Amino acid sequence: MKILLIDDSKTMRNIQKSVLKQLGYTEIEEACDGQDALSKIGAFNPDLCLVDWNMPVMDGLTFVTTFRQTNKTTPLIMVTTEAEKARVIEAIKAGVNNYVVKPFTPDLLSERITETLAKCSVGS
Amino acid sequence: MDANMITPFVNAIQNVFSTMFQLPVEIGEPRLKTNRKATHDVSGIIGVSGVMTGTIVLSMPLEAAGSIITLFTGEEFEAESDDFADAVGELVNMISGNAKAEFQRKGVSISCPSVVIGADHTIAVQSGTPCVLIPCSTDCGEVVLEVALREAEAEVSTSAAA
Repeated sequence: MKILLIDDSKTMRNIQKSVLKQLGYTEIEEACDGQDALSKIGAFNPDLCLVDWNMPVMDGLTFVTTFRQTNKTTPLIMVTTEAEKARVIEAIKAGVNNYVVKPFTPDLLSERITETLAKCSVGS
Repeated sequence: MDANMITPFVNAIQNVFSTMFQLPVEIGEPRLKTNRKATHDVSGIIGVSGVMTGTIVLSMPLEAAGSIITLFTGEEFEAESDDFADAVGELVNMISGNAKAEFQRKGVSISCPSVVIGADHTIAVQSGTPCVLIPCSTDCGEVVLEVALREAEAEVSTSAAA
């Protein structure tokens, strides 16, 4: 299982990485914004991406919209401080499969990852 | 500034600190800030734009910031390191985003965070925008949330007329 973490905060990537490692996922790549993610995604070919919304250079929503033009199936989870209902709907319309609002507990993030992988039938 | 604008920040700092690292926050009496001098040595700053404009600052003494960042990240960082600034930025980002969700107004955007570290720095806010200090007491020390926001009335009227 290969997972791409896209967040401009190294702190947040480390926290997510630690949750993923507890779930047994160790093949993890990191990107610091949407553009960095697009440049890495072809070679890494992830089975799941966790995407922040507010990032410099290219934000998460632009990344999701761009990525979904060529890939409709790889599960995407938005992990963001954007908590308004309208923002969640906007992200889902753009193509995210699940949504986690920061701050989150490790249990909540684990739950959403497991739930998303099951829903999208990605084997581990 | 309307008290309804302060409550979301009180809830947000308590929620972020308790969810991310189980640190209870006791809120003191909010008061108006009357100068530009940073309250403490470490400032995490977020800009607000849209139908409301202004800045949100998480201001912490260096020692308290160090303890809080260690709780948050599980690691000890030098204050000069990029990791320390990144963690401070992420804290103020989460607090601001969390508070924004409670606003009764749509169309508010927050910037990516900036972090300033150093004694006696100053933070300028838009002239005419009141800044409210929210004192917060934690087991790691006293920190302050500074909220300087106002409704962008001129822009709202212009866009409503367009």
